[in-house]
Amino acid sequence: MERSERDSIHKIRRILGWLVVKILRALSLLFAVSVISFALVSASPVDPVQRYIMGAGPVSQEQQSLIEAYWGVDRPPAERYFNWLSALLHGDLGVSLLYRRPVAEIIAERFGNSLALMLCAWVFSGMAGYALGCVMGMNRDRWPDQCIRRICYLLGSVPAFWLGLILLMVFAVMLGWFPVGFSAPVGILDSEVTLWQRLHHLMLPALTLGLVSLSNIALHTRQRMIDVMNSAYVLFARARGEGSLTLLWRHGLRNTVLPAVTLQFASFAELFGGSVLAENVFSYPGLGSAVSEAGLGSDVPLLLGITLFSTLFVCVGNMIADLLYGIVDPRVREVSR
Amino acid sequence: MSRTGYKKGLNRRTKTLFLTLFLSVLVLLVYASGILIPGEAAGTNIQYAGQPPSWAHPFGTDNLGRDLLMRTLKGLSVSVTVGITASCVSAVIAILTGIATAAGLRGVDGVIGWIIDLMMGIPHTVLILLISFSLGRGLKGLLVGIAATHWTSLARLIRGEVLQLRSAHYIAASRRLGKSGGWILTHHLLPHLAPQFIVGLILMFPHAILHEASISFLGYGLSPEQPAIGIILAESMRYLSSGMWWMAVFPGLLLVLFVLLLDRLGENLRAALDPYSTQE
Repeated sequence: MERSERDSIHKIRRILGWLVVKILRALSLLFAVSVISFALVSASPVDPVQRYIMGAGPVSQEQQSLIEAYWGVDRPPAERYFNWLSALLHGDLGVSLLYRRPVAEIIAERFGNSLALMLCAWVFSGMAGYALGCVMGMNRDRWPDQCIRRICYLLGSVPAFWLGLILLMVFAVMLGWFPVGFSAPVGILDSEVTLWQRLHHLMLPALTLGLVSLSNIALHTRQRMIDVMNSAYVLFARARGEGSLTLLWRHGLRNTVLPAVTLQFASFAELFGGSVLAENVFSYPGLGSAVSEAGLGSDVPLLLGITLFSTLFVCVGNMIADLLYGIVDPRVREVSR
Repeated sequence: MSRTGYKKGLNRRTKTLFLTLFLSVLVLLVYASGILIPGEAAGTNIQYAGQPPSWAHPFGTDNLGRDLLMRTLKGLSVSVTVGITASCVSAVIAILTGIATAAGLRGVDGVIGWIIDLMMGIPHTVLILLISFSLGRGLKGLLVGIAATHWTSLARLIRGEVLQLRSAHYIAASRRLGKSGGWILTHHLLPHLAPQFIVGLILMFPHAILHEASISFLGYGLSPEQPAIGIILAESMRYLSSGMWWMAVFPGLLLVLFVLLLDRLGENLRAALDPYSTQE
């Protein structure tokens, strides 16, 4: 009894230590991203003060220099960076030039929309991709495998925005089954939009994003399933007389489902990248459309804020994937001990 | 990698070789056509605005009467330029990081691993947008952005390979024979890494093209007057509701076909160069 208690304390300690190391690493990455993105933005030939003034109407030379002093544009970049960083650490991401609202507020609002989109696409691509991967793996080199594999290769080569365009054209413009864009009907108050209307607007972009990320998970699961089916224990199970379905249930699923989930968590970067394109095609008001608008409109605070936020998002996904990987693969667990 | 193996006719290697040649010629043709097609052929001609596909204009014409086939070909040629440059630079970065790992300095490998993690931590699309923004949006920003983001996965592969090779017996033997690090690098490591390098380079190419199209679709990258697939498709967005479906369908389809071909080429080459599957 005592021994098992001590063991579990050891285990918790090890996991905590591992978490601390991972979090420190993620923080170092975030810090590096903040330096790099700030340097990149500072090097841009686009002058944010000019952009700001352009939106505000005629401004005298005196007022311009006042704005410059207020923003600290006349200071050296290093000083500006530390000012920005200290504000950031106090939770102040600055004010967006395009929307004239605090960046943190915009990110929070937009991320809600993006999260709904990405979650739907993520669940869809995970489940459909995993199912297709199982079908392919169980029917290796027979016609279902060959058909689905071709489709997967095709989906892997289709740019997300074009797939979105075609879906938009067929299902929204020609057939009229879905709305053409946005996250809710135009001209209706935010509080009056029903859940069904939101889902209705969400479906096409989520389908686009899901289809694009489906091939990766399907092909990965196929390979895993083939490896399992070629193993000695499956050969033995076959010799015992287990049928395909029993094999799939007893050996296939158990050995492939966690790696698939791990892969899904590790693909947050592609998911976010895809959402930038899908949201732009469908004019969906999420983070992805905000980041491209921010870049085009030279909205530096918003651009920086979303870059940092997306890095955080990806880091969280990678950390979950690492953690799961340790659970899935006992060899990794042994090594880390 | 089919199990059925021996089919009649050419064997896999010969087939791959022919396919490689054919595809290389195709890429060259696309590239050359983009340069050789005179500007007028893809120029504005309001008289023919918005025509559906016909024999005179197989892809139809856009809202300004520009022939879409010509414009698409010109766009693909731009894509090829961007793709080749960016993937070559990326591949060179990848091999340099691999060699740095091979040099075996303590700490260097850790730093490289950290940098790779860093590059994979920012979504590529966002990073390319940032780089493009910092270079004032244009061809240069696009090239630098794509080159800077695509080397990580190949670098990981090469790094893994190098770590394995470093402890190989034949390399230990040459070291004992007194060969220098440079000699081992040029005589053992690089020849061993060459196939992976070439395959990685070719497989990076379709990715680079897709990213190029995506970024110019978002309005970064090339200016609107230049023909690029992404820009044509972005323009087509505005005419979707007016029923000009051909503007969206054909240029995208050609891009997908081209990317698929390149992808197949890379996979075939990989199969041909992989010692485990050459026996099939």
